[in-house]
Amino acid sequence: MKKSFAYPYGVWMVIFILAPILLVGVYAFTSGDGHFTLHNFTYLPGYLPVFGRSFWLALISTAVCLLLGYPMAYIMSQLSASRQSLCMMLIMLPMWMNFLLRTYAWMSILENNGFLNQFFRQIGLISFLQTQFAYPLDYIPLINTSGAVVLGMVYNFLPFMVLPIYTVLIKLDSKLIEAAQDLGAPTHLVFRRVIFPLSLPGVISGITMVFVPSVSTFVISQMLGSGKYLLVGDLIDLQFMGGAYNPHLGSAIALVMMLLIFLCMWVMNKFDDGTSEQGGLML
Amino acid sequence: MKRNVCLFCMVLCCLLSGCETNNRAAVLNVYNWGEYIDTDLIKQFEQQTGIDVVYNTFDSNENLYSRIQTTSYDVIIPSDYAISRFIKEGMLRPLNYENIPNMAYIDAQYTHLAFDSEQKYSVPYTWGVVGIVYNSKYVDEADIGSWDLLWNPKYKNRTAMFNNSRDALGLALMYLGYSQNTTDRDALRQAADLIKAGKPIYQGIWMDQILEKLPSEEIVAAPYYNGDAVTMIDENDDLRFYVPQEGTNLFVDAMCIPKNAKNVEGAEKFINFLCSTEAAMANWEYVGYSSPHTGVYEQLDAEIQQDPLYFPDVSTFKTEVFQSLPEETNQYYNDLWVDILT
Repeated sequence: MKKSFAYPYGVWMVIFILAPILLVGVYAFTSGDGHFTLHNFTYLPGYLPVFGRSFWLALISTAVCLLLGYPMAYIMSQLSASRQSLCMMLIMLPMWMNFLLRTYAWMSILENNGFLNQFFRQIGLISFLQTQFAYPLDYIPLINTSGAVVLGMVYNFLPFMVLPIYTVLIKLDSKLIEAAQDLGAPTHLVFRRVIFPLSLPGVISGITMVFVPSVSTFVISQMLGSGKYLLVGDLIDLQFMGGAYNPHLGSAIALVMMLLIFLCMWVMNKFDDGTSEQGGLML
Repeated sequence: MKRNVCLFCMVLCCLLSGCETNNRAAVLNVYNWGEYIDTDLIKQFEQQTGIDVVYNTFDSNENLYSRIQTTSYDVIIPSDYAISRFIKEGMLRPLNYENIPNMAYIDAQYTHLAFDSEQKYSVPYTWGVVGIVYNSKYVDEADIGSWDLLWNPKYKNRTAMFNNSRDALGLALMYLGYSQNTTDRDALRQAADLIKAGKPIYQGIWMDQILEKLPSEEIVAAPYYNGDAVTMIDENDDLRFYVPQEGTNLFVDAMCIPKNAKNVEGAEKFINFLCSTEAAMANWEYVGYSSPHTGVYEQLDAEIQQDPLYFPDVSTFKTEVFQSLPEETNQYYNDLWVDILT
């Protein structure tokens, strides 16, 4: 009887996950008149720079998320229970707001006449730079740079790094740490040899959960990155919503993207082999 | 177990098709651009006729194209080149003008254009031109007049380009002296190279963001439609609009009834209603785009009638109307556009 509760979920999966993926597959291998073709894939070598840029930016933002997220998760796990739930609340709070709105907010913070640049002007930083170092602009370029795109991704996806690591860390058996300390390991060694290896499953699911949305994001590059350079997400969007209306090519790009992501995940999981007993949040 | 699955599917089907079972005659599905109608008019129409209007919006002709493949609407308001594509593909229903007597108010200047040369399928709703909006505080008067302002290195990092291949390449083609409907690959390649060369000058390649970045003075010049220029100038009165001397694109958005419309009678009533002088006037005031309605034009002050922002005098410069392009040219546009943005 219990098993039957899973059926609605099964139906849901079939309708909204399996069927669309199959459709993408069918579209990718057909032409406008419905015949089988591999023609759609011949475009892909030309899109190499777009793929390259997407993976590079996603890699950077995943690294930044890890560097920021791990200490944050660690510190959180050391706090008292009430503090922990407060921190959790603070991490979740921004996610209640719409993703587009939050990115819009960054736009007005980073603009050349935006909040930050006005602040720099107020405290005299810009006139200082102009007089001392002959700085040619009357603002510091923040928006419309790759840095702004990375910032947008880090800001939006950081919680996905913190939460799985945190979940693993609070479940860590404190006896193991005490044992290491009793046996004379200095703090950095305790961390390197005991805590970090044990938290690896959380780190890996964190990396997955940040990397995947980062590499396929669109709109962020439009809003924070000047729109002068496409990311893969924008490229796919263009095939469906742009002038050419070529869902076949769009599907082919999406399919290759999906395969590349699977490949990355597979490599990641190789690292994880054997150590994952309590594997953080599963994707 | 199988029965449960069947049951679930049935419930799902009922949910998905629930809206279909309503009384069909009393519902009218309208699909229009965002922010493109005075919404009070919809309420007025509902009160007058007892028809329930289901109003939805789209943000590009391409979006509309993919939607109407699968969904039935009664009235749609696409732009010229999309209309010609719809006509070619047999997706529109010829209109019965006996039921749309207010068509008589539409200025003949905007009818029988290339996209619907027999004027069988469409009733003009708005029209306009693309021009350049610039900030007179930062841009020298000597630099205006041509499309070349967008490539002027003096304003490096302070201009913008359309993020829409048809409009962007269209203005580059115009600047180079080619037709905006050309299918010649060399001409298109040159236009694309021109835009690519402009990338260091543009701060960004945008659509809606231009509507914010010009009034907030993040950028000082960008191409845009005259109807939206009205809105931007309202927000920042240092902004000005001009139509470049090389000529520009004239666009007409018009009301059409798709082949698969379910409430044709209601659709005709709705189109006729929007062409009444009162409704067209209310719409003009709300939307800001130039109205093809003679009744509206006549009621306005001479000052507005002659203002190139509200009613650009299309006899004083070269204009071209977009037409639908062959499939392979559309694909070539896409390839060029990706190349520009790589």
